[in-house]
Amino acid sequence: MAGKTLYDKLWEMHEVKRRDDGSSLIYIDRHILHEVTSPQAFEGLRLAGRKPWRIDANIATPDHNVPTTASERKGGIEQIADEVSRLQVQTLDENCDDFGILEFKMNDVRQGIVHVIGPEQGATLPGMTVVCGDSHTSTHGAFGALAHGIGTSEVEHVLATQCLVAKKMKNMQVRVEGQLPFGVTAKDIVLAVIGRIGTAGGTGHALEFAGSAIRDLSMEGRMTLCNMAIEAGARVGMVAVDEKTIAYVEGRPFAPKGADWEKAVALWKGLVSDPDAVFDTVIELDASQIKPQVSWGTSPEMVLPVDQRVPDPAVEADPIKRGSIERALKYMGLQANQPITEIRLDRVFIGSCTNSRIEDLRAAAEVARGRKVAANVKQAMVVPGSGLVKQQAEAEGLDRIFLEAGFEWREPGCSMCLAMNPDKLGSGEHCASTSNRNFEGRQGAGGRTHLVSPAMAAAAAVTGHFVDVRELLNGGAQQ
Amino acid sequence: MKAFTQHTGLVCPLDRANVDTDQIIPKQFLKSIKRSGFGPNLFDEWRYLDVGQPGQDNSARPINPDFVLNFPRYHDASVLLARENFGCGSSREHAPWALDEYGFRAVIAPSFADIFYNNSFKNGLLPIVLAEQEVDELFRQTEASEGYQLTVDLDAQTVTRPDGVQYRFEVDAFRKHCLLNGLDDIGLTLQDAEAIEAFEARHRQSQPWLFGAIR
Repeated sequence: MAGKTLYDKLWEMHEVKRRDDGSSLIYIDRHILHEVTSPQAFEGLRLAGRKPWRIDANIATPDHNVPTTASERKGGIEQIADEVSRLQVQTLDENCDDFGILEFKMNDVRQGIVHVIGPEQGATLPGMTVVCGDSHTSTHGAFGALAHGIGTSEVEHVLATQCLVAKKMKNMQVRVEGQLPFGVTAKDIVLAVIGRIGTAGGTGHALEFAGSAIRDLSMEGRMTLCNMAIEAGARVGMVAVDEKTIAYVEGRPFAPKGADWEKAVALWKGLVSDPDAVFDTVIELDASQIKPQVSWGTSPEMVLPVDQRVPDPAVEADPIKRGSIERALKYMGLQANQPITEIRLDRVFIGSCTNSRIEDLRAAAEVARGRKVAANVKQAMVVPGSGLVKQQAEAEGLDRIFLEAGFEWREPGCSMCLAMNPDKLGSGEHCASTSNRNFEGRQGAGGRTHLVSPAMAAAAAVTGHFVDVRELLNGGAQQ
Repeated sequence: MKAFTQHTGLVCPLDRANVDTDQIIPKQFLKSIKRSGFGPNLFDEWRYLDVGQPGQDNSARPINPDFVLNFPRYHDASVLLARENFGCGSSREHAPWALDEYGFRAVIAPSFADIFYNNSFKNGLLPIVLAEQEVDELFRQTEASEGYQLTVDLDAQTVTRPDGVQYRFEVDAFRKHCLLNGLDDIGLTLQDAEAIEAFEARHRQSQPWLFGAIR
């Protein structure tokens, strides 16, 4: 009999019951809540007269809507200028208080983006099932957890039953072997994967990232990778547990301690795909061939290495694809065959659940150090993923580097990744963004998003256009 | 939940691949703490020429005459015909809420994004996967004849064209059962409360660190 994949193991560990119709009840260990997708679920619970099944499985924080300027944050919730946002943040507070759910409120230093704070607190652990009403919940799979986004009805379902009704997905492995070139990051790997398999390439699959290039990544890098599995169509992204996983978790506030720790580590070490496990789909990439990536269009699959030119719809044979390229070029205000390095930027955003962790900020700061934001860039902002990331960055002096270079240094939140708060693009503006989605209007109506790594975003900020970041880094000379 | 059994309705063709949930309902409308009120802002950035804001009088806004939903012949459409990977992106259930409130009962496409597909069933909106050639043919027929209608039968798992040709579609047995009967799946799951409690006790025994850590 063939061995088991990591996903097979996680599924079996949480299957409460298999029903006659082929669906299963899956037990949920950790449920993370935020202000946007939870209010209707709490309302549904109240209307049905139901109670949460297990309060201590839940953890909440406001992130999507919170302002990120120090002045607006200082006054607390009452000072959130946007009335509708304020009501939503207030509603989360009230719901968590009413039901007794632990919440890191807006000005708690532990507040931050849901997918940053879970791992940071040790609230995300290997072997867990983790869900949240947000598609980027796949991030937590970096710890050898089974994690995915859910809708509001399922948020209510998990609150009420601690379970989800699910059907097992197929297994997919993306194997990246070899050494990443200097200056190329986890973000470039995942963008290259999406460019290769498309935004529906992983639909119906749980996607495990494997191979030597993945093992070489830090936990922050693995989180970036799993975060964007959803942009490849896969609800679930995962990386097997290794020593780095265990070292990252050790000592975190909610990680097991003492005898429990030893027992947990022993169990977690088995959270890997067996050598003879069979995957339904396998994709292989050579890490040494990956270059810094830049998205040019309105879907994450519209992405190319920085040294390429924007595609020409005239050479596309498939009429649906040709139409998509034409529409994207028009929306993005780009010409066919235009070099990517000639795209000029109006704004730069470094942040989001994809790239707002300490390692991301260090990589951007290394490029920004001693340089200035280019004159044509109206705004370059850095938004740390949590209060604790911000604190750490300030202890390392990264805030000074950014401020001296002309970047804004903000309070933690989702910010311009989806522009629900006041941080947004104007119509027609080009933005180098470390976020995850370049959909039309995502960062503001008419805004034009280009997805890049933190180092590439910083390089774009200081040069005013896209540039291969390796040209700005000292290490480049040694290659 | 609203049941879905059979529906006959006017078809609107949305000829774009990878329609994402940011497009279906833009983020500014997600600030609502209610489940309703999203219909007028379905496809807001394509449907109107200005930038929409929550709480606005949508009837006074300039309409984009080039967007298919605004063509007079597709007013009152209740079946949306779409291309591959419909509903990709954000997990926002506001997307099916907006489609449902606008008046759509079914969406037909060659493929759907997983989360959107799942969310639709929870809201009485039926997502139907047909083969690419079948969808192509439906696009041709819809665009060729004004007033083109399709009949969707969930029990029989068929889509019937006006000329009587039928396409069969697959649907998961549990989802079909819930949708046909308008069942609340939380109630169904709670019928298994004992099994959940038994699992939880075993789980607590083997991995005690998963319980009670966060207070």
